[in-house]
Amino acid sequence: MLEIAIKGSKKYWIWLGALLTVMAVAFAVYIDQFVNGLMITGMSRDVSWGFYIANFTFLVGVAAGGVMVVIPYYLHDYERFHRITILGEFLAVASLIMCLMFIVADLGQPTRMLNVLLYPTPNSMLFWDMCVLNGYLFLNIVIGWKVLEAERNQIQPPTWTKPLIYLSIPFAIGIHTVTAYLYCGLPGRGFWLTAILAPRFLASAFAAGPSFLILLCYIVRKTTKFDPGWEAIQTLSKIVCYALIANVFFFFCEVFVVFYSKIPGHMAHIKYLFFGLHGHGALVPWMWTSMILMFMGIGLLVVPKFRSNETLLPFTCILIFIGTWIDKSLGMISGGFVPNPLHHVTEYAPTFKEVVISLGVLATGLLILTVLFKLATTVKEEVRG
Amino acid sequence: MKKSRRSFLKAAGVSAVAIGAAPAIKAVAVASGGAATNASAAVKSRKTEALSAHRWGMVIDTSKITEEVAEAVVEACRKAHNIPDFNHEPDQEKYPDTRPVDHKQEIKWIWEEHYQHAFPEMEDEFLAEKFRQLPFLVTCNHCKNAPCVQACPTKATFKREDGIVLMDFHRCIGCRFCMAACPFGSRSFNFRDPRPFISEFNPDFPTRSKGVVEKCNLCAERLAKGLQPACVEASEGAIVVGDLEDPESEVRALLNENYAIRRKQELGTEPSVYYVM
Repeated sequence: MLEIAIKGSKKYWIWLGALLTVMAVAFAVYIDQFVNGLMITGMSRDVSWGFYIANFTFLVGVAAGGVMVVIPYYLHDYERFHRITILGEFLAVASLIMCLMFIVADLGQPTRMLNVLLYPTPNSMLFWDMCVLNGYLFLNIVIGWKVLEAERNQIQPPTWTKPLIYLSIPFAIGIHTVTAYLYCGLPGRGFWLTAILAPRFLASAFAAGPSFLILLCYIVRKTTKFDPGWEAIQTLSKIVCYALIANVFFFFCEVFVVFYSKIPGHMAHIKYLFFGLHGHGALVPWMWTSMILMFMGIGLLVVPKFRSNETLLPFTCILIFIGTWIDKSLGMISGGFVPNPLHHVTEYAPTFKEVVISLGVLATGLLILTVLFKLATTVKEEVRG
Repeated sequence: MKKSRRSFLKAAGVSAVAIGAAPAIKAVAVASGGAATNASAAVKSRKTEALSAHRWGMVIDTSKITEEVAEAVVEACRKAHNIPDFNHEPDQEKYPDTRPVDHKQEIKWIWEEHYQHAFPEMEDEFLAEKFRQLPFLVTCNHCKNAPCVQACPTKATFKREDGIVLMDFHRCIGCRFCMAACPFGSRSFNFRDPRPFISEFNPDFPTRSKGVVEKCNLCAERLAKGLQPACVEASEGAIVVGDLEDPESEVRALLNENYAIRRKQELGTEPSVYYVM
């Protein structure tokens, strides 16, 4: 099946070439980081996780978002998702590979990463995160591949894929729950120390993932002969709408608890993010932008006239994607570290090199996504043709 | 694996003492009378000169910490553990092309803070000005329920039976989960090779490589040789370490006689560092 990937139009190759160029530049910068250490980043003693972990957290969400097509199709026999289920699974694969790359990029001693397997430590949430992320990646590769292969040969997928598909559902919830547990189980980090964190992560994931999937459906429709179906896209947009409302609702629950109880250690972080603290407010415009984008997204999806507008929908999805990215990446990680446990305010901004390395990871993910989508759409074109 | 590493560390400590440390300990004991009395407060094991305890703890008498004492303590710790000083000008011949430092990425094991930062949850608008300006020394609390130990995915950070939270610099993968977990900001990460910024190498303690986390180890290497921690020696009696579980120990005597507080006690990590107010 992989031979499909090496037969493409000129545009396909230009796109892959562009991605490879970004990857090559980023790799050169990564060598600098590998040799000289994480000093090339904007991270510090006080803000010890930054852009890499922020993007990792967001992309775990995008990966988990794939389950929003798997559940309706496999559990509720929602036939309209039949065509796009594979796209959701392959999006999860590409996102998870980016997640793992961001983790490795963030390690101070990447050559020692196998220590996590050599000395397995069940009391560390990072150990469990590694287990569920790799497990979910493996499941999606196997399921996606087998189901697509069966479609190409016009036979039923092997029966053993069914239990794996059912297993992938709790895994999808699991990857984002455990990722939230990385943060919310830490004493003395008031911003993260809330039981709403995992539900909030899931809600924003189910908004960000499917809205990205809608965008991908538009691209697929434009660049290939395969049509994912307008009705499937419409159902997806309703899922995005509900999830986005849940995300904002959970956020307001948190805001109420924090500001009504008035516990200083919990208030300080949200104050820093939205109003600035002791004269430091680098993230203030970002956070308000995020809020506005998410509210605009809700407005444009709740009203049927806007939601069913084919020209408007991709823009709505872009707003939501950016809004949730700021909310979960920039705000969620920096917000937890500022102020630090001693109530000093040290701000964080990624360096240019850090951003380039991150773009390299994104380019790798997009390359994998392009190839996988190329396979999926070509097979579907063949079958229909 | 865990067992064998620890027993190796123990054996290494014992043999270090057996081979050549014993005369040095005597010399130090003679040279500094004060330290020797402190040493007697802790239980000495019979076979070696190593100091041991059921649970090591530290008591800091805040009234005795002046600006000078605090500086001496920080400096003593820096020298004992080859902690880089980002204000140190690297040797151009040995380390050519060293890039400029970012002070936000510095390494600290024990350092000075003001009251409102050492005890942020106890901030009080009517706190007397004289307390606001006092230097408070903060360091790793060697918590009984250490969140960093729980978070570490490789057991590179581990708790010894005597309560000291230690690190294996060769196992650490540099994920910095422990830094997020520590509620006291006691951990530092080597964002770069620290060696160009070490002004005076101490051959008795390893230097670190880039990409690993480090923190106060309560001078485990000195206790193993029967020496008091470097900060205790430099503190002019302001810092005492000893066995918290021994009612006869000097630290317990201090806690019996004085009102002492711990940082962020409400989190339940059970810090082993006490501040006599």
